[in-house]
Order: sequence, then structure tokens, then C-alpha cells
Amino acid sequence: MRGWVKPHRIMLLLVALGLVLWAALSLRWDWIPRYWQLGVEGIWRTLWLMALSVLIGFTLAVPLGLAQAAGPRLLAAPARWFCTIIRGTPLLLQIWLIYFGLGSLFPQYPWIRASELWPYLRQAWPYALMALSLSYAGYEGEVMRGAFKSVPHGQLEAARAYGLSRWAVLRRIWLPQALARALPTLGGETILQLKATPLVATITVIEIYAVAGRVRQDTFIIYEPLLLLAVIYMAIAGIITLGFRWLERRYTPGLG
Amino acid sequence: MLDWIYQWWPGLEASVTLLSLEPPGWGGNLVRGAVNSLIIALGAFFLGCVIGIGGALGKLSGGPVTRDLMAVYTTVVRAVPELVLILILYYAGTDLLNQALRALGYRPVEISGLAAGIGVLGVVQGAYATEVLRGAIQAVPTGQIEAARAYGMTRFQTFRRVTFPAMLPLALPGLSNLWLIATKDTALLAIVGFSELTLETRQAAGSTRAYFTFFLAAGALYLIMTLVSGRVFGWIETRFRRGQAGARS
Repeated sequence: MRGWVKPHRIMLLLVALGLVLWAALSLRWDWIPRYWQLGVEGIWRTLWLMALSVLIGFTLAVPLGLAQAAGPRLLAAPARWFCTIIRGTPLLLQIWLIYFGLGSLFPQYPWIRASELWPYLRQAWPYALMALSLSYAGYEGEVMRGAFKSVPHGQLEAARAYGLSRWAVLRRIWLPQALARALPTLGGETILQLKATPLVATITVIEIYAVAGRVRQDTFIIYEPLLLLAVIYMAIAGIITLGFRWLERRYTPGLG
Repeated sequence: MLDWIYQWWPGLEASVTLLSLEPPGWGGNLVRGAVNSLIIALGAFFLGCVIGIGGALGKLSGGPVTRDLMAVYTTVVRAVPELVLILILYYAGTDLLNQALRALGYRPVEISGLAAGIGVLGVVQGAYATEVLRGAIQAVPTGQIEAARAYGMTRFQTFRRVTFPAMLPLALPGLSNLWLIATKDTALLAIVGFSELTLETRQAAGSTRAYFTFFLAAGALYLIMTLVSGRVFGWIETRFRRGQAGARS
């Protein structure tokens, strides 16, 4: 912290403070109380969409990475194709394909409409969650492939020589080390996932970006909601960065 | 032959008619959208590289204030969703330009979607390019730069003859990644109403109700762009790596 404070930084901070003061005093913020509740709900929806899709996506990414790194060709080839297709097409297109495509396909089957899941399938968020999860799985499958490959082979052989089963080697040696190596990349990818969530506003999921859009439409105030939105995203990204830094400090020192 | 396939897979004939390039089909619109996407991606990528070179040099050899401002730029752009940045820059950019024009006594102009798209995506790309190029420049051995200076080259000559060619092979993997991001980010301009591939696809799909056909076709077009540019970048990389000691293709 000591080395951070320098004369020019104090000057820059003062300029930044002046900008914030100017924004607070001369821009219009009177719409905030009216949209406060909607905004909090939007932030909550953004957060759980991101967290759940990261969780589901990562659960899919581990087998995808493992199949590519060490699987037989029959598993490796489809896994590689899945990752290539997901990484080679825009997420917006994937979201629309899943929402409009599947969304128009499902009602044609009476047994789907009769099933317990139908009340959920009529809403937009399951499709959003599915698209975001598949996208995260595609990108992270590639990351995990590299991470699994970077664990020295000798360690795995040593573990086998100690009589550990294949499953135990994966659970106790291979996966923890691959995870620790992938952590810095995963942190960056999770921020990318946060930045991908506003795309689901295009399929009527009301998260925080959609709330800002609604303020713009209702009140014709353009800049203020967008600026606040940018600050909110920066704050969430900052928290994610700090969280991953903590994880890294905790789990990477054991790496050889 | 074709008849046999159609008999075996009845939906295919309808899809092929929908995708044909002539007016009853929507293939022409998709191709036009893809060309628009490519133009924007190319423009944004080059603008991003130019900003990136400036940003990287600013971060490495600028004064303390420049360096901090660059850090703010890259941090903000990398933390805020592209969609939000596009809206802010789109509104603010047209607004500022028109205010400037009005102050100079000209009439306000309507900025074309193409120019706005290239400008906005270029600023976003620039932040990522700054980081990629900074890393690459830092990885050039200082001895080479010092030797160039000792030969009496000016700073500009050193950059053009030594630093730039030496850092290019190091920067290429990062830049090829950025190019792929640029092609995919063009899809975001669909939301501000620019008719690139994704928006054309949605319009075609919406008016014919053939969602799978069109979205899968557009996906294939994007995939072709990605795979071809992957090949091109691979070729460029082996070409530029030839002079590097210890490099294997």
C-alpha cells in the first residue's frame, strides 16, 4: 500500500473524485428510488445466473477436459468438436438457437406439455441458464484439457505404483493439481461469464442489464443508468477477482 | 441422387429452399450479413491493434500519469460487459460528435452503424490488445533493444526494426485469439440494430418460423470463419517464427 501512494496518484484520485462529485450533483439520479427494488432483484438474478452456470458448466468441463486429455478417441473427438463449436460461434447466437429453437420445438410434443417440467420450460430462464452453462463448459473444457495435460505424468505413475485405483488417482492427485493450475485462467473466464450474462436480457430474462434498459425506455434518461450499470459490473468483477486471488493463495502453494 | 436424400430426409428440401440465395430463400441475406460482420471484425481488429500498440508503449515507456490512465482504461474495459460499453460508447460517441459539430457550426450527422460498430468494438479490442502486446514487448530480450540503441538507431527505428519484428511472433497467439473474439463480438451489434449476420439470421428465422434451420446455418458460417482464420493464423505464425532461435513449428 505504501508504494502505491505517489504524488501523481493523489492528483489522479482528486480528479476522479471531482468527476464522481460532478456526476452525483449535475446528473439526474431521481429515478433511483423508484427502480431500487427492481434493481436489487436484477442484481440477484445476474448473480445466481452466473454462479449456477459456472457451477453446471464446470461440472461438464471436467469430463470434457479429461476426455480430450486422456480419453479414447471415441470420447475425445466429440468432446473436441463440442468445444470447437461452442468457442467458434457467438454466444448470442447460441442463446437464440436454444431459446427460439427449442422453445418452438417443445410445445409440439404433448408429453412435454403434460410433464412436471412444463411450467419451467414456459419461462425464459431455463433456456438462458442452459445456454450460459453450455458455453462455459465449452470454454472451460479446453482450459481443463491443458490443465490435465500439464500435471507431470510421473506423479500419476507414482500414485498407481502406490496401489491407488484409477478413480483415487483422479480424485486425489490429478484433479486437485489440474484445478490449482487452472485457477488463474478460471478466474478470468468467470469474469467473462459475468460479462456474458447481459445477453440473456434479449430473451426476456430481467437481470440487471434489462432493468437499466427499462429505466432508459421509461424515463428517456440514457447515461445515468448505463454508468451505474458499469459501476455495478465493475464491483462484481472486483469481488470475483478478490475471491479467486484468495483461492489461489490457498490452493496453489502446494504446486511443484 | 438428391431426390433420394430428400425422400430419406423430408425436412431437408424445405431447408434448402429457405436457404437458397435467390429471393424466395434467405441465403442472400445471411451472406450479406456475414460480409458485414467480416468487415466490422476486420476494421475493429485493426483499430484495436493500433490502439493496442499505443497503449502498450504508453504502459511500458510512458510517464506515471499515462501509465495509470492506461491501467484504468484496460481495467474498466475488461470488467464491464461489451454490451454495456457498446451502448455507452454508441450513445456518448454520437452525442459528443454532434455537440462538437454544432459548436463548430455544422449540422448534426447520423453516424452510420458500420462506423460506430468499428469504433466501439475497436476501443474494446484495444484494451485486450494493449495487454497482449505489452506482454510480447516485455518478452523481447533487453539486450537486443540496447544493442539497437548502441548502433545509434532512434527510438522509432529501434521499434520498427527490432522490437516490433521480435515481439510479433510472441504476440501472434494472443492476437489470433483477439481476432476470434472480434468476429464473435460483431454479433453484439445486432442489439443496437446493425444488420450483421446474427440479426439477419434472427429476422429470417422470425419471419419463416424455421429457427433451427437459420440459426444452425449461421452457426456454420461463423464456424467456417473461425476455422479458416485459425488456419491462416497458424500459417502466419510458422512464417514469422522462422527466424527465432529454438523455435519449432
